[in-house]
Amino acid sequence: MRIRRDRALSALILLPSVVAVGVFVYGFIGWTAYVAMSNWNSFVPDLSFAGLRNFADLFQTPRFQIDLRNTLVFTLTFLAGCLGIGLLLAVLLDRQIRGEALFRNAFLFPMSISFIVGGTVWQWLLNPSTGVNLLLDAAGLGALRSPWYTEPRIAIYAVVIAALWQMSGFTMALYLAGLRGISDELREAARVDGASDLQLYRHVIIPLLHPITLSAAIVLGHVSLKIFDLVFAMTGSGPAFSTDVPGIFMFETTFRGNRFAEGATISIIMLVMVAVVIIPYLIYSSRTEAEA
Amino acid sequence: MAERRRLAQTALALLLAVAVLGIVPGTGLQAGAAKKLEIFSWWTAGGEADGLKAMFEVYKKRFPGVEIINATVAGGAGTDAKAVLKTRMLGGNPPDSFQVHGGAELVDTWVKTGFMEPLTALYKSEGWLKSFPKDLVDIVSHQGEQYSVPVNVHRGNVLWFNKKIFDENKLKAPATWDEFFKVAETLKGKGITPLSLGDKNKWEAAHLFEDILAAALGAEGYRGLWTGKTSWEGDGVKRALDTFARILNYVNRDHAAFVWDQAAQMLIDRKAAMNVMGDWAAGYFTAKGWKPNVDYGFAPAPGTAGLFVVVTDTFGLPKKAPNREQALAWLKVAGSKEGQEAFNPLKGSICGRTDCDPKKFDVYLQSSAVDFTKNALLPSEVHGSAAPEGFATLFNDILNLFVTNKDVKMAQRALQKACVDNKMCK
Repeated sequence: MRIRRDRALSALILLPSVVAVGVFVYGFIGWTAYVAMSNWNSFVPDLSFAGLRNFADLFQTPRFQIDLRNTLVFTLTFLAGCLGIGLLLAVLLDRQIRGEALFRNAFLFPMSISFIVGGTVWQWLLNPSTGVNLLLDAAGLGALRSPWYTEPRIAIYAVVIAALWQMSGFTMALYLAGLRGISDELREAARVDGASDLQLYRHVIIPLLHPITLSAAIVLGHVSLKIFDLVFAMTGSGPAFSTDVPGIFMFETTFRGNRFAEGATISIIMLVMVAVVIIPYLIYSSRTEAEA
Repeated sequence: MAERRRLAQTALALLLAVAVLGIVPGTGLQAGAAKKLEIFSWWTAGGEADGLKAMFEVYKKRFPGVEIINATVAGGAGTDAKAVLKTRMLGGNPPDSFQVHGGAELVDTWVKTGFMEPLTALYKSEGWLKSFPKDLVDIVSHQGEQYSVPVNVHRGNVLWFNKKIFDENKLKAPATWDEFFKVAETLKGKGITPLSLGDKNKWEAAHLFEDILAAALGAEGYRGLWTGKTSWEGDGVKRALDTFARILNYVNRDHAAFVWDQAAQMLIDRKAAMNVMGDWAAGYFTAKGWKPNVDYGFAPAPGTAGLFVVVTDTFGLPKKAPNREQALAWLKVAGSKEGQEAFNPLKGSICGRTDCDPKKFDVYLQSSAVDFTKNALLPSEVHGSAAPEGFATLFNDILNLFVTNKDVKMAQRALQKACVDNKMCK
């Protein structure tokens, strides 16, 4: 009796959020998918059925092809960079150095700044005629001057630098927590077996950090697949769309060009890209939870 | 545990209080104040905001007791404001009157879709058909009815130059692009960047190209681009693209890092000698203490003498405007001599009317006002007058690619496709 009443009560309490999520998340996803298959490409709503034509058109648009390539390059370099730098910083901090809290906070701090602020700051730092080029000149390293994000071939990496600055601290914090969770006995056991420091990390510690690497990759992956604000504030589309991403294309085509069906199509493709990353992870984690 | 629960309760109570307080004053105000007027624009800074305020003062003198709500959304060329406006209009929550560029942005986005109320009666009763030039009235008209009131006119096709650099090198403002290349060679030889460009936001490069198009095609050919009479794949556009590609050899290499006002600043800093921009650049120079014909010189963009590319800000009346009566009164002020003379000297533009007192304006604006009455008036594409917004965004995109790859054929094909896609040509 008691249990049934508890159940009813909890269902009642959950109901509003279930309804809200149903409408405002899944309902709107459905609506967007519907618009993506319509002819609504002007300011007058036109919901006649267009099938997959918007998708076919979009994949033939040069700007969108560039966007997909940019997303791929950005995601790969950003992920590799974040994981690498994060792990390195965590390992260094884990050596019981003095002032650890200071460094930890300093590295984590950029994450607390909004992407818009970070983007604006990096826009100035990597501006070829202000920013770091002046520092290089002053240090007598003028040969290292770079056109940064004004040169289409390397512009995307300028954005990656800004993104790394902003998010590496996050992976550092995750890895640091992971390192603290590895018991000293394991390390000592490895040392007794005669493992060098390098071997210790390669064969013991990094494998033990795998679950953390996976979580970090998922979180960073979905950040980078739908990145918008950082790029928008820093470079916009960039010369020849060298820093353009689907998010910016979606925003401009929808809210400046009034091409709502095309914008919805881009959104759906972005959703699919993120889902491809997230869903396997959700399945994996629910399975491991069930096992535990 | 109990403490934590108490904390949560306090937080919840606070949240509720904020929510309630946030709603109550809003409703209270609506019930309290008698008359209100909400004006939507993207004039948030400097001379623009001052000009708008001056026009509000004129309104308050004529119609005391009306509370004016100045709804502004910041952002150059109004790109962000327009997005906000669209959600408001589609959501059935229009302001009483809003800033909109005359031409396609008004007609295609708002009039054809049935969001605007015609102002033909107001034009008649105020005698505006005589006060405004016919070309300008045409830009705000659709099927014989007028839909908005032009408060100002900016000229899009102006070449600005650092007068000292030009005097030192005994140069004259180039009248054609061929002359431009000669001048540019001389400047380049002296180690001076000939032309400054800042196209981070894409439209700046498109703006420069629009002036080249007008020079290459002339008034009739240029107008034909928006009606399908002039082909985007024809020789005229090809010539314009070739010229543009050549000009790009003379601009600062880091142009992708800057926006238009930073490109104007390069003239002040002697980092470049010339700049092509609309005459809001004059407003920027004035704000920096630069004087016309002393510090900076001006001329029509090369090859566009006798042509006047019009960028006009107008105000219209949306259907279902909550305070229609006050909005009509506002439009009367916006179209009046007094209102325009208060607004324009501060904004740095000339009146839409032709009878404003020239003495209230500086040397540059006086000369612009003279050209305005004599020249052929052309609609600006980049600033929303010539083509639907769907075309305008594609136009920016195509030119953004062209600036880097300089592929004339590809650009021409893409422009023609954009024209067909937006139903401007077949």
